[in-house]
Amino acid sequence: MIKINSKNVDVFYGKKQALFNINLDIEENQVTALIGPSGCGKSTFLRCLNRMNDVIDICRVKGQIIINDFDINDKSCDVVRLREKIGMVFQKPNPFPKTIYENISYGPTIHGMAQSKNEMDEIVETSLKKAALWEEVKDRLHEPGTGLSGGQQQRLCIARAISVKPEVILMDEPCSALDPIATAQIEELIDELKKDHTIIIVTHSMAQAARVSQNTGFFHLGELIEHGSTDKIFKNPENKKTQDYITGRFG
Amino acid sequence: MNKNKEQLLNKRYKAEKRFRLYGQSAIFMALLFLTIFIFKIFSTGYSAFQKTWLIVPVTFDAELMMLEQNPSKEDLKDADYYDIALKSMADLDPNANEDQENELKRMVSYFFEREIKRELLNDPSLIGKTKDVYLTASDDLDQVFKGNYPRDLPEDQRRVTDYQLKIFDQLVEQGRVESKFNLSFFTYPDSREAELAGIASSFMGSIFSILVCLMIAFPVAVLAAIYLEEFAPKNRFTDFIEVNINNLAAVPSIVFGLLGLGILLAVFQLPRSTPLVGGITLSLMTLPTIIIACRASLKAVPPSIREAALAMGASKMQTTMHHTVPLSMPGTLSGTIIGLAQALGETAPLILIGMVAFVNTIPGSPLDPAASLPVQIYIWAESAERGFVEKVSACIMVLLGFLIIMNLFAQIIRHKFEKKWS
Repeated sequence: MIKINSKNVDVFYGKKQALFNINLDIEENQVTALIGPSGCGKSTFLRCLNRMNDVIDICRVKGQIIINDFDINDKSCDVVRLREKIGMVFQKPNPFPKTIYENISYGPTIHGMAQSKNEMDEIVETSLKKAALWEEVKDRLHEPGTGLSGGQQQRLCIARAISVKPEVILMDEPCSALDPIATAQIEELIDELKKDHTIIIVTHSMAQAARVSQNTGFFHLGELIEHGSTDKIFKNPENKKTQDYITGRFG
Repeated sequence: MNKNKEQLLNKRYKAEKRFRLYGQSAIFMALLFLTIFIFKIFSTGYSAFQKTWLIVPVTFDAELMMLEQNPSKEDLKDADYYDIALKSMADLDPNANEDQENELKRMVSYFFEREIKRELLNDPSLIGKTKDVYLTASDDLDQVFKGNYPRDLPEDQRRVTDYQLKIFDQLVEQGRVESKFNLSFFTYPDSREAELAGIASSFMGSIFSILVCLMIAFPVAVLAAIYLEEFAPKNRFTDFIEVNINNLAAVPSIVFGLLGLGILLAVFQLPRSTPLVGGITLSLMTLPTIIIACRASLKAVPPSIREAALAMGASKMQTTMHHTVPLSMPGTLSGTIIGLAQALGETAPLILIGMVAFVNTIPGSPLDPAASLPVQIYIWAESAERGFVEKVSACIMVLLGFLIIMNLFAQIIRHKFEKKWS
C-alpha cells in the first residue's frame, strides 16, 4: 500500500533550485532508504515530508505531497497535527536538556495523550521498550538525557519520536554520529519499528541502505534518478549513474 | 638552507616570547592600577567605619528638666533635655567662662541632647542620678582622634580651638574618649554634619531605583528580545530596529537624564527626586543591555533543540517557551544583573532628575524623595569639611561591595544553571 505519494515536488532555496520534479511513492510499513552523494537533496526531500523546511525563511516548496489522501502542502494543513503524525529523528542526537522521562513525556503532554500520571508512565515505558532502551535507563529515568552515550541518546530520540505513535518516522542519517555497535543496535531497531510505522531513512552508507531497507531511491544533483526495490537498485540498476554510485565510482 | 630554517624558528620563538611578555605586562599594569585604587580608597575610607565618642557624666536633674514627681512616659518624652545636656558639657571644665562653655558644647554633635534623652527613655530610674553617657564627638575632634587632622597648624586656620584640644586631651587621658564601630553610618540619612551623616537614605534610594528599574526593564526587554529573535521576520525593518537598539546602548547616560527631566517630570508631572523617576530613567538605559544579552543567549541555544521540539509537533510558541527561553535564562539573567549594576553606578541622569537634592529622611517607598549611592558620593565629595573625605571613600567602598556582590551573583547564576547540551 502507498503511504506517501509525492507529485512534481520542486524545492527552492531563494533563487537556487534544490529539488527538481520529484515523484516518489513510499510504501506503508516498509523502510525506504534515500541515498545519494552529499548535497543531492535527499535530506531536503525528507524535510518536505513533515514541513520542517518551513523553518527556513528562504525555502519554498512546490508540488503535492499526499499523505492519507491529504495534500500536506495545502494551506488547510495544520503543521502541528502533521508533525504529530510524522515523527523525525535527526542526524545528531538532540535530546532536550531535561530528564529522560521528560524527554519522552514531552510529546504526549503537548498533544494531551495521557490523562493521568499512570498513563504517562506507561507511555514512557512502552516507548523506551520499543526503542530498546528501557533496560539500560529504567533506574535513572529522572537523570538528564544528555548524560547518556551517543548511541543511547539517539535511541532516546527514537523513543521520543515514537511516544506520540506517529504513522511515519523520518530518519535523517540517524547513525552518522555513532560507532558501529550503536549503529547495529539502531538498525535492528529500525527493522523492529517497521511493523508499526512507515520509515524513511536518509543514509550515506550504501551498506546500511542495503541492510535495512526494502525500497531505495537514488538522488543526484536534486533529481530522483531511480527508485525501486532495494534488491533491484543494488543488484540490477537501470541507470548508469546509479550503477556508478553504487559501485563507488563517485560520491 | 638549514641555517636559514633555524634562524626562522628562533625568530618565531622569540616573537612568541615577546608576545607573552606584552600580555603579562598588560595584566601587571591593570592589576597595579587596581591595587593602587583599592589601596587609596581603603586607606582613606576605613576610618569612617569607626566613630569617636566622648564619655561624659550626665546628671539627670529633674528640676532642670522641668519634670514633676513620678513622671509618665509621655512626660519624659516632652521633657527639656537641653539644659542638662549643656550643663554636663560645661561641667567638663568647672572654670570655663561663657565663650569656653560654647566651645565645650561644640565638642559634641548637635545630637547630644537626643542622645541623652534616649539614655533616660531606656532607663527612667536614672532621674536624679549621674551616669556616663556616650556622646558623638564633633567631626573635627573625630578627625583629630583618628590622626587625620594636623594639630600643628596655627589656631586661626583650624576648626578646633586650642582650648577644645586641651580639654579633649584631658578626656583622652582619663579614658573618656572611645572609638567604636560606626553603626550610624549605615542607619542615619545624610546630614550637613559629617559626624552624623550616613548612607541610609541613599542606600534605600539606590535599592528602590534598582527595583523599579528591574520591574520595568526586565519584562519589556525579555519580551522584545524573544519577539525579535524568535518570531519577527528577518527583513530591513527588523534590521533597522536592531541597529537602533545597539545605538541606544551607546547613548550617553546624561541624555536619558534629559529625557526623564523633559518627559517624566515636565509632561507626566511625576514627583521630583524620587526613586520612581530615577528607576524609570535608569530602565531606559538598561533596556538595550538586557535586550542584547537576552538575544545573544537565545541565539546561543542550538537550533537542534528547536528542531527537536518542532518535529515533536510543538507549536512555535511552545518551542520557544518550553525549550528556548528556559535555556537562555542564565545568560539573560546575568546580562540583566550586569545591566542593573551599571544602572546602580549611574550618576548623571539622576542628577538631572533631581535626585541630587539634600535628603535627610530615609525613603519608605519609591515615591519618597531620596538620593542614591553614586550621587551621595558626588554630594559628599563637594563638601568642604574634612570629616566628609573619609565618608566619600567609605561610600565608594559600600557601592563597590554592592557591585561586586551583584557581579558575583551573575557569575554564579551563569555557572550553576548553564546546561550542557550536545
